[in-house]
Amino acid sequence: MSDEKFKEAKARYESAVNKGLEKRPERCKTFSTGGGIPIERLYDPDSAAHRDYTESVGFPGYYPFTRGVQSTMYRGRFWTMRQYAGFSTAEDTNARYRYLLEQGTTGLSVAFDLPTQIGYDTDHPMAAGECGKVGVAIDSLADMEILFDKIALDKVTTSMTINAPAAILLAMYIAVGEKQGIPAEKLGGTIQNDILKEYIARGTYIFPPAPSLRLITDIFDFCGKNVPEWNTISISGYHIREAGSTAVQEVAFTLADGIAYVQAAKDKGLDPNKFGRRLSFFFNAHNGVLEEVAKYRAARRLWAHIMKDRFGVTDPTAQMLRFHTQTAGCTLTAQQPENNVIRVTLQTLAAVLGGTQSLHTNSKDEALALPSEKSVEVALRTQQIVAYESGVTNTVDPLAGSYVVEALTDQIEAGAAEYIKKIDELGGMLAAIEKGYPQKNIQDAAYDYQKSIESGDIVVVGVNKFQTNEDDAAGMKLLRVDSSVGDRQIAKLKKLRETRGDAWKSRLDDVRKAARDEHTNLVPVILDAVRVYATEGEICGVLREEFGEYKENIVL
Amino acid sequence: MPDKKIRIVVAKPGLDGHDRGAKVIARALRDAGMEVIYTGLRQTPEQIVTTAIQEDADGIGISILSGAHEFYFRRIIELLKEKNASDVIVFGGGVIPEQDVPALLKMGAGAIFGPGTSTVTAVDWIKKAVSEKDAVKA
Repeated sequence: MSDEKFKEAKARYESAVNKGLEKRPERCKTFSTGGGIPIERLYDPDSAAHRDYTESVGFPGYYPFTRGVQSTMYRGRFWTMRQYAGFSTAEDTNARYRYLLEQGTTGLSVAFDLPTQIGYDTDHPMAAGECGKVGVAIDSLADMEILFDKIALDKVTTSMTINAPAAILLAMYIAVGEKQGIPAEKLGGTIQNDILKEYIARGTYIFPPAPSLRLITDIFDFCGKNVPEWNTISISGYHIREAGSTAVQEVAFTLADGIAYVQAAKDKGLDPNKFGRRLSFFFNAHNGVLEEVAKYRAARRLWAHIMKDRFGVTDPTAQMLRFHTQTAGCTLTAQQPENNVIRVTLQTLAAVLGGTQSLHTNSKDEALALPSEKSVEVALRTQQIVAYESGVTNTVDPLAGSYVVEALTDQIEAGAAEYIKKIDELGGMLAAIEKGYPQKNIQDAAYDYQKSIESGDIVVVGVNKFQTNEDDAAGMKLLRVDSSVGDRQIAKLKKLRETRGDAWKSRLDDVRKAARDEHTNLVPVILDAVRVYATEGEICGVLREEFGEYKENIVL
Repeated sequence: MPDKKIRIVVAKPGLDGHDRGAKVIARALRDAGMEVIYTGLRQTPEQIVTTAIQEDADGIGISILSGAHEFYFRRIIELLKEKNASDVIVFGGGVIPEQDVPALLKMGAGAIFGPGTSTVTAVDWIKKAVSEKDAVKA
């Protein structure tokens, strides 16, 4: 692009800038995104001249989905406001859910405690001290019935952050639905079910890769036939970013995980045009607004290419990258915690400008503890203000065509594709994880980031600049989960073990038999076991015996 | 004892999988010239204390973000006492509310480094604490 007038104006601008710089240099010698992508002083029509709009940007709802997965986006319906919550016992968390629903939250998101996430009952020695701390404790269907008491499962969708034991918690959810008279095909929601990022960044793995991938693809298969509205996986970059990765690495490692799942399911004989429709993704929303918006757009385009070119997928819904977003917990500061509300607002804006399908906003007190009810309310209100008051929701993909955002979208896509190529060369994501490749890259980025904060190259307001000496958290009412919660949960479990009868024993034998035959789908036998109150720890115990446990590959 | 390298076990007790902080501090201590033994995830207090004794560590740095800090600090400090290894300094960090810090210090933790602490602060504190401990011993 460039007519004479444009060239002349640009030359005039550039010479004036260069002259001015001698007298007044810019704040830094170079500028870059948080992830190290160089940022130019100015992007103009020349930066867009090479781009074919229809090919690379296109229209919302159409391949390659750069501008979003729906044609009218938030003019049709806002994103789902889905606050991740769970603590203490099922009774306490049920009360929090009913409060959130009253306040206008539009979807539930279950946080389980660590013993539940790692497949231990509350009375297991490894569970000591952890009951109810980071989420709700669920030992059996009895707890799950309480968790969703008076919440009609055909009226909400529920996301569950559960990975290694995802099949068990999904089975419990289906069983609660049965008790409410709601058939499985009417249930909507998501299980995280993403084991690879547990090995890479999050740490709640149980089984080795092969049986883990079998469980995951068994779920794809089972849900395809029985729970068609369910998102069978949430392929997560969130935790990869929280562990310290850059935005480019977040996209790259997440989509590389996605490739591994699609390949595993294809190898099992499943059709990517079908199961591909139920794959969902989960990304972080960090502070750098422009880089984040570009990241979501780049991820959508890259995934569409991967599904079409690598896997031959022709169904448009199976080419779409639909995603949930959570604001970046790692940006929250313990110092001057009120400032976190502003950080979360910026991150919300980035997620919305990037076209997210659902969003969790963090609360200001989360660098210190689980959020209090009051701070959760402010976090939810932040989403509502962006939705109803900011006006950014009234047109689709408002930053499209911005010279800088389109340039960053291209750069992030290219950078991520480069990493994926490297992972292919290493033999795919499983082999790359064994070699410590993503782990090492993430740790290097995390360490560089920490050093940049300590040198002052990166400013964190209230932490390394503009500090105050006040007691920051003074007067904040933090939520606390005391150890009596564990005692109460253990008492409940003891009573269950005494009153549930014997049917669970033979069902556990069925689980064991199914585990030994990889052609048997594990989900139906697990469903039969949870219906008669076999506990999560008992089922995982059998699977641990049959499958063994994953040994962490320590990379430092 | 001239130029004895400080030896630190960086430990992740319990089921918590957040290891960004543990790994950053491990590298920072190593870059500051210390020998670092990183335990990896899911360590019981018994495993952590055994590692510290076997490795003849000067200190144990506990990273915990799951809210179970009271339980794990108490148990690790008790075990060190039982095994006559109370001279091993114990410190830590993670998501630990300020209000909980006095109780942890009272149990015998030497220092708690909250979110936003510079690694330099931790390095300086460890060097000082280890030299004081060695002075008592000598």
